[in-house]
Amino acid sequence: MGNALQQEDTTKKNSTLLGADELVINMGPQHPSTHGVLRVKLKLDGERVRATECVIGYLHRGVEKIAEHRTYQQFAPYVDRMDYVAAVSNGLGYCETVEKLLSVEAPPRARVIRTILTELQRIASHLVWLGTHALDIGALTPLFYCFREREEILKIFEKYCGARLTTHAFRIGGLQYEAYDGFEKDVERFCKNFERRIQDYVDLLTGNSIWIGRTRNVGVLSAADCIALGASGPVLRASGVKWDLRKAQPYAAYEQYQFDIPTGTNGDTYDRYMVRMEEMRQSRLICLQAIEKIPEGPILGKVGKVLKPAAGEVYHSIEAPKGILGYYIVSDGTTQPYRVRIRPPSFVNLQALDKMVRGHLVADVVAIIGTLDIVLGEVDR
Amino acid sequence: MTLPPSLEAILTFLQNWWVEIVCGVVIVAVVPLIAGYVVLVERKLMADMQARLGPMRVGPHGLLQPIADALKLLIKEDLIPDNADKLIFWLAPVISMVAAMTSMGAIAFGPTFQVARDINIGILFVIGVSSLGLLGIILGGWASNSHYSIIGAIRSTAQLVSYETAAGLAIVGALLLAGTLRIRAIVDAQQQLGVWFIFLTPVAFFIYLVASIAETNRAPFDLPEAESELVAGYMTEYSGFRWALYFLGEYANMIVVGSVATTLFLGGWLRPFPNVHWLDWLDFLPPLIIAAVGVYCVYRAGKQPAEIQIWFMWAVALTCFAVAVIFAVPLFVTSLKFILPGLHGAFWFLLKVSGYIYLFMWLRFTLPRYRFDQLMHLGWYILIPLAIVNVLAIGVAMILESEFSWNRWFAALLTSLFTLGVAAFLVNLYDKRTAAASAPATAAARDPYAG
Repeated sequence: MGNALQQEDTTKKNSTLLGADELVINMGPQHPSTHGVLRVKLKLDGERVRATECVIGYLHRGVEKIAEHRTYQQFAPYVDRMDYVAAVSNGLGYCETVEKLLSVEAPPRARVIRTILTELQRIASHLVWLGTHALDIGALTPLFYCFREREEILKIFEKYCGARLTTHAFRIGGLQYEAYDGFEKDVERFCKNFERRIQDYVDLLTGNSIWIGRTRNVGVLSAADCIALGASGPVLRASGVKWDLRKAQPYAAYEQYQFDIPTGTNGDTYDRYMVRMEEMRQSRLICLQAIEKIPEGPILGKVGKVLKPAAGEVYHSIEAPKGILGYYIVSDGTTQPYRVRIRPPSFVNLQALDKMVRGHLVADVVAIIGTLDIVLGEVDR
Repeated sequence: MTLPPSLEAILTFLQNWWVEIVCGVVIVAVVPLIAGYVVLVERKLMADMQARLGPMRVGPHGLLQPIADALKLLIKEDLIPDNADKLIFWLAPVISMVAAMTSMGAIAFGPTFQVARDINIGILFVIGVSSLGLLGIILGGWASNSHYSIIGAIRSTAQLVSYETAAGLAIVGALLLAGTLRIRAIVDAQQQLGVWFIFLTPVAFFIYLVASIAETNRAPFDLPEAESELVAGYMTEYSGFRWALYFLGEYANMIVVGSVATTLFLGGWLRPFPNVHWLDWLDFLPPLIIAAVGVYCVYRAGKQPAEIQIWFMWAVALTCFAVAVIFAVPLFVTSLKFILPGLHGAFWFLLKVSGYIYLFMWLRFTLPRYRFDQLMHLGWYILIPLAIVNVLAIGVAMILESEFSWNRWFAALLTSLFTLGVAAFLVNLYDKRTAAASAPATAAARDPYAG
């Protein structure tokens, strides 16, 4: 991808539509709609994009390296800072991976509560995506509606563990906090309201002809391309591939619940929009099923105060809101991991940008960055 | 005592033109204030639609926010990029604003309120001069020497040229009905016909509505400054008061297009049903509406948390009552009856313009933004052909009425339906065309496995 600009230089010199020079503009790292500090170099023929080059790393903090100097418990809060829009999901992935390494299992009650919180987080993450995506395409109002609903979810998080954004909600082996009194009621109230609220977005966007014009056939990614590029999550499913780790390799308590995996057909921006909207509805259904019967029992499994997993390695992945989030941990038998490698969905999905953007107009670039739903904290780590 | 001839010439000039000069000064003084408050109203409306409060800090309910904003912009560092063409950079926003304000001069805000005398090419003057504002945008984008700016400037050139055509053709529809370019005569024609032109040519009004949104660079046609794509388009390199001048020009332009639409299609300063005498009680509406605002302020005053806010609300309420009394006096005092058309005319005119601007804002908060090619297609494939057909249809309707003595309403209805049919056909054609050509132009074949 890095060589894309140079390759273009030699093959297509001075072949713009009007014979003019190509225009190279620098989108980011400070730009209203690159969702953080992504920098995209665009090579333009008029307004048409010839080639792009992504420059990433502005938010690099060396999370994987930090892990090598922290104990397993100490590292858990750091993963919240990767995809800070979906901190709970990150935490779930990390905790389950270490549990797998330790060969312990979280008790059923903990797993159900984890599922509820993670699905709420998925809704919250998709709401942030929807609001910013719509804002990029020029619709101002959905952002505020989305954040209004997200606020309700964050309030539940705050009541549960005291934090709203970087929650550190789970502990290795289960949970630290018991669900507070009225937890089920709060979740239920949110889910009941959310059904009506989601209709607001549908009214504002789904049938809007400008919205359809801006998203349909924009950034088409075929199923083969998705698989070749390693794209996952809603990006993959919108291309028609029914692959969701919650069904394919069930973790937490997902095998207990009924839900559908929405898929698209064209793999364009509109399909990705529809898939994520449907995913929010499905997450809501999972939450409603889960709060009906939260099993009684302990919330923390049998793990010691000092975690010393046997030497070995483990890979575990979960379906984060943005795609497959994988952790690969190598243990050398001490209290600190020997190596942690994280497979972030945003980073992998971002590789599809160049493929999707070519031949489109500048305005489509922001639509496509929006539809990929990247978080730079996770891309750069 | 004899004056030197030059001084005498100046005195004669002042004697002849003092009303216009005073009005002009008033416009220059008042329009920035009005524009500032239009911004505040817009922010408040947006906040209302987006489940939040909007500006609340400066003054009660943020009412002093525009003044604070202006002050802040005035004392900001005056920044001109090193590589900019300094003279043009300096000149461009001034052109934009001057064009908007000059065109306002020819607009009649009532039968008696008009800066320029009732010039015989009134509407043409307004459109011509306000289009000059485009020059400011192009020059600003060019002089900034920035890629984002130049793209914004190119976009706005293409957009304004296209939509100016559509707006012009839509205006021709109304002008055919009025038979004059003179602004007061256009309103008088609507009074004589006893109907606003919007009811005779709804299609023309609709075309003008869409085109005027595009002309003023408002969402969903705000591509020249599309903040999520081009940062701020042609204004990217501008800051401080130069930026404010652009902003002022944009909002003044909104008032201008609102006024033009009101004059041409919404009956100018006429109250609803101006000729129906059993509806004369509608004349009582202006004072009643203003008094109602006052009553509402009194009602809200009791609910304000701070004492100063209570006082403020009472002050607003009393002002409203005073204005309501001023509006009511000519209704009852026969010797003052002559100021009624002017006073109430201005009220109705501003009410209609406000309604029009409210529509602009409402659309802005609701709709996503068009893409550039879609915008051009909409303009050239739908609006301009439709406007041409509409002009022809109005001509046919007028001939049917005058030569074949058809009923005016029937002729207007028939031609409007015909135009709507053409619109449906064009939209259908456009949909097919876009469906066929929506795939990206140069989808480069690329092996994803190549790495």
